[in-house]
Amino acid sequence: MIPTHWFLILSAILFAIGVCGVLTRKNGITIFMSIELMVNAVNLTFLAYARQFHQIHGLIFVFFVMAIAAAEAAVGLAIFISLFHHRATIDVDEANLMRW
Amino acid sequence: MTWNDVVFLLPEIIISIGASLLLLAPVVGWRQRETSAKWSMLILLGITALTVIGCSYWVQEIPQSRSLAGMFALDGFAIFFKLIFITAIAMITLLSDDFLRESRYSVWEYYSLLGFALCGMMFMVSGMSLISIYIGLELMSLSSYILAGFFKNEEKSTEAAMKYFVLGAVSSGILLYGISLIYGVCGSLNLLDIGRALSTIITNDALMFGVMLLGAGLCFKMAAVPFHVWTPDVYEGAPTPITAFLSTASKAAAFSIFARIFYLALHDFQLDWSNVLATISALSMVLGNLAAITQDNVKRMLAYSSIAHAGYALLGIISLNSLGLRGVLIYSLVYVFANLGIWATVLMLRRHEYGGERVDDFEGLSRRAPFWAFAMVIFLLSLGGIPPTAGFIGKYFLFAAAIQAGFGWLAILAVLMSAVSMFYYLRLVVAMYLREGREADVAITRPLQIVAATCLIITLLLGIYPTPLINQATESSRWIGARAAIIPHAGR
Repeated sequence: MIPTHWFLILSAILFAIGVCGVLTRKNGITIFMSIELMVNAVNLTFLAYARQFHQIHGLIFVFFVMAIAAAEAAVGLAIFISLFHHRATIDVDEANLMRW
Repeated sequence: MTWNDVVFLLPEIIISIGASLLLLAPVVGWRQRETSAKWSMLILLGITALTVIGCSYWVQEIPQSRSLAGMFALDGFAIFFKLIFITAIAMITLLSDDFLRESRYSVWEYYSLLGFALCGMMFMVSGMSLISIYIGLELMSLSSYILAGFFKNEEKSTEAAMKYFVLGAVSSGILLYGISLIYGVCGSLNLLDIGRALSTIITNDALMFGVMLLGAGLCFKMAAVPFHVWTPDVYEGAPTPITAFLSTASKAAAFSIFARIFYLALHDFQLDWSNVLATISALSMVLGNLAAITQDNVKRMLAYSSIAHAGYALLGIISLNSLGLRGVLIYSLVYVFANLGIWATVLMLRRHEYGGERVDDFEGLSRRAPFWAFAMVIFLLSLGGIPPTAGFIGKYFLFAAAIQAGFGWLAILAVLMSAVSMFYYLRLVVAMYLREGREADVAITRPLQIVAATCLIITLLLGIYPTPLINQATESSRWIGARAAIIPHAGR
């Protein structure tokens, strides 16, 4: 059996990649993909712990997280489409109508 | 799932069914009936409020920890906050009325989203498991993202929604990672189990990291420094009634869940998280108040003021004593109503060529609408915490709690920063009373009058005679207080 901490290290790396993506990318969709990567890294952590504890709570949480991530995707993409209508770009740095 | 479990969830079930029906109304040909949308929403909120009160009597006999496998509690704390949320949403419905009539957007969808946001907040504040808290939080957040961008033909509104969404989604991810690490260390998602597990764990890096991430995610929701960058832009860009929603109901929800998690689950956490939160609180108060001074846009000014108020509310959470818990309850109520009153006044000024969003727009309001100018002064004094108003009672509890918990320096800083905050609140008063106004009417419609008058009565009455509120807060915090091993005592 693969030790739990291997999964944890992998998920920490994935989460870190996601955070780096959010911080460095300018394209809205790429940022959104990075956020999804963060959320999925968290799912991996939950699954690793649930397997270690032989518990169902962690597994259930993963299902809820997946459902919420899908809802978040719908809302997020709708907002980006709306932004694209105004600007013809989804570069987040171009959204500077108000001071950051 | 027994009948008792259904009773616990009844208010949430009613509001979610009601919000779904609101969404369906345009399909059956009611799209143009805008007045019915408002009344349907108000009736729905009334039914929900009555159900919350009815359920609170029903569930008194049932041990809270057994409801829905320990995932959901309908204790006094939750009921107190649920009633605040419902009242606030009802007032926001009234504030939205004229605002929406001028626009071309579907009011049904707007009220439906407000209903879902309310459902999320009510679910979250009752959450006893990190699963139910997370789901409630996301339901509230996702509805808020859409509402912030509801006026999709206005570029500012869309931009606000985009910024709110990107930063909100990142903070949710961070919060979630914190939850997963806490789960990994404690082996449970239930707040009481986590509390028990933490009392035996001395020190653990994963736990420290997890709590920090969870705290960061929650601080984002309540807009505390350094997680506040979204606040001014979102508040400015969102439609004004939605700004009112974000700065009152949504913020009170963040206070409540912060208090619930930290009092129930993390009270035995022996690491120095209270010092970290104390620093965040101090930074929020200083940065929020100082940045607000330089703002010319009222919405941005109130955004920075709300950042400062997140700092004050954190005092009640850091102090971890009975005064602090009651302080969070009292302060949330007082803050919500003072703020809603201010937004009602801002909306009275709105229907003119110059908007009502700038400080200049308040010039000469004392001559154009003497009574509402006076009401505005009372609301501003309440936010500043000046004695005859309710704001004083809230701040008194929070500052006393901080002193009792040994954070004297923080209480002194909070008092100083309250004095600084009076500087920019008084800027509006000076504009209203000492400057010549422009020759324009104010649009004082009946719904705005109702909201402002109700807020005025609450703010003044609770400021002059706060005993019922204090007793209610003591009563409401009893269940959590007993589990957090802080015993609420009578009087002071």
